[in-house]
Amino acid sequence: MQEHDLSWVRTEMALAQAAPPSQVGAGAWMRNNLFSTPVNSAITLIAALAIVWFGMQILNWMFFSAIWSGSDRTACLTTEQGGQLPAGWSGACWPFVSSRFGYFMFGRYPVEERWRVLLCGLLFLVLLVPLLTPRIPFKRLNAILFFAVFPFVAFFLLLGGYFGLPYIETQLWGGLMVTLVISYVGIVTSLPLGILLALGRRSKMPIVKLLSVVFIETVRGVPLVAVLFMASFMLPLFMPPGMTFDKLLRALIGVALFASAYMAEVVRGGLQAIPKGQYEGADSLGLGYWQKMGLIVMPQALKLVIPGIVNTFIGLFKDTTLVLIISLFDLLGTVKQSISGDPTWATPQTAKTGYVFAAAIFWVFCFGMSRYSQYMERRLDTGHRK
Amino acid sequence: MKNTLKVVLGAAALGMAVAAAHAGTLEDVKAKGFIQCGVNTGLAGFSAPNDKGEWTGLDVDFCRAVAAAVFGDGTKVKFTGLSAKDRFTALQSGEIDILSRNTTWTINRDTALGLNFGGVTYYDGQGFMINAKKVPGVNSALQLSGASVCVQAGTTTELNLADYFKANNLEYNPVVFEKFEEANAAYDAGRCDAYTTDQSGLYAVRLQMSAPDDHVVLPEIISKEPLGPAVRQGDDKWFDIVKWTYYALLNAEEAGITQANVEEMKSSANPDIKRLLGVEAETKIGTDLGLDNAWVANIIKATGNYGEIFERNVGQGSPLKIARGVNALWTKGGLQYGMPVR
Repeated sequence: MQEHDLSWVRTEMALAQAAPPSQVGAGAWMRNNLFSTPVNSAITLIAALAIVWFGMQILNWMFFSAIWSGSDRTACLTTEQGGQLPAGWSGACWPFVSSRFGYFMFGRYPVEERWRVLLCGLLFLVLLVPLLTPRIPFKRLNAILFFAVFPFVAFFLLLGGYFGLPYIETQLWGGLMVTLVISYVGIVTSLPLGILLALGRRSKMPIVKLLSVVFIETVRGVPLVAVLFMASFMLPLFMPPGMTFDKLLRALIGVALFASAYMAEVVRGGLQAIPKGQYEGADSLGLGYWQKMGLIVMPQALKLVIPGIVNTFIGLFKDTTLVLIISLFDLLGTVKQSISGDPTWATPQTAKTGYVFAAAIFWVFCFGMSRYSQYMERRLDTGHRK
Repeated sequence: MKNTLKVVLGAAALGMAVAAAHAGTLEDVKAKGFIQCGVNTGLAGFSAPNDKGEWTGLDVDFCRAVAAAVFGDGTKVKFTGLSAKDRFTALQSGEIDILSRNTTWTINRDTALGLNFGGVTYYDGQGFMINAKKVPGVNSALQLSGASVCVQAGTTTELNLADYFKANNLEYNPVVFEKFEEANAAYDAGRCDAYTTDQSGLYAVRLQMSAPDDHVVLPEIISKEPLGPAVRQGDDKWFDIVKWTYYALLNAEEAGITQANVEEMKSSANPDIKRLLGVEAETKIGTDLGLDNAWVANIIKATGNYGEIFERNVGQGSPLKIARGVNALWTKGGLQYGMPVR
């Protein structure tokens, strides 16, 4: 039996109210994060002033005071240096970069054959963009084209000597093109090799394990510079005369082996983070070794180490500049060479301009890789969030 | 990598024996169809690629001249850019056939390192440049007592500097930099009173200073730096070709044979010129060298004579504007003396 009760029970939730204006918006955020105490306020002001001041200096040097056109060094000289600009002027000398732009991109690749490099770059982009965009289908075909077919197409296209294309020896390759070729080969070979080495190192088979450990530890124990130097100048001493193989090829092999040793350790880190239950679960389903690794363990392990993998890629991309010591001229090499060797553009601003240009290009590539890896991490984040 | 190491360590002894059993360089070069020439990776006026990616410079043109002598075609040469420390290894290992990389001819290199120098394509010497704003009134290196001097580390330049100040009982502060660019930047920023490197380099450095007129190159030369092309010892035939290419360039200048007039000169009545250009009857000068009798004509057609090479790359035709000075012909008070071709 029910009795009438004076107590009142609310049957629906109270409507949420907007936060008070003092707690939302840019003003509140700044108050909380930038000006919460007098000390913080002071630090904020000083930092802001410093950023604005440095930013203005850099923007001013790079854009507002910069020289954009000219045919030789006189365009970038002040009156006291024998030019037209006011005394005390300082700014980027961009015509230096534009006049040597082709050299920075292609090195000594013959001018009339440079369309081949451009075509190759275009193919690369056409295959890479859909591969990296999750929404676009046909991933398997795309991956086969990118990893298995493209290298051969690029090889014949860049090197030539077939199908009526003149042969362009790798001595003439240079600039950004060499940077990208070495990075591409290093990245594409180091991931599969690294995975195999990591599996080998955790294998129960003693010989496979020993060989993997020896390889990884030897390669990681020697500096890349030493390997490149040995491969390029010492190797010919021990080979029969006339039996040489290409210098770029030697660099490619050196860089690829190097990156795979580092990659192996990154992947091994991921493998160690997978709980034993996953292996046992796979075993209990009756999966063989490769099925277990390919379907259960690797997908989880690789997802965990995306930051490490991309870190290795970025490191590899920047390490390509070391090929300068074996007289292969990558992007930085061509810039350096133009600064020290070209009297037509010898001005006080030339070196700074050249290095800023090279740094900007490296930054664009490395930042792009880093952003893409963050995007992938978020997309593949299906659990395990702590 | 593992394999590389094994090959390198295991085959050392064997490899040395194999390398020693080289055929003659001339035959090798003719078989491969081009000369491999080692040059500086980038030194203004001596060797550097231009905007189109073609190598230019005095050292580069010398290699073109040798290619023209051997093949009758100055383009049959490939260049390898080398750093100062790799250059001798590259020559000894057979990676290159000629080293034309502003290399100073010294007894140590001629004997212990096993090189042969084919002549002196540029007489250089270490000099000083001073910042006249910082040390006004200095017009001789002997007035540099107590000065700070910017210098690049690990070069003979650094040793010469120490020797010179010690010999003259002067105090100085060396400010040492690992890299050429760093030394330049520091000197330009006023860290040092003076800067020292080879004189040919001083002119190039001055072009990069923020106020070139404040900087004065002092007259003293404190070291002898005869720069020239080098080849491996033990191959006299190849050595002769490099050596006589150099003399041919000098003799052509002396005889007034230039790139423009070489064809007309072939019909000259002067026996010296006829001998040089290989139009003398029954001449064997070229064939005795293992080359074509028109070898000198081919050289001049490809690169011009020594004077033309000099002016185009480092002299009045270039931004460097270095005066001929000691690099003038002996007939004009310089040191360049071509041995007679007869």
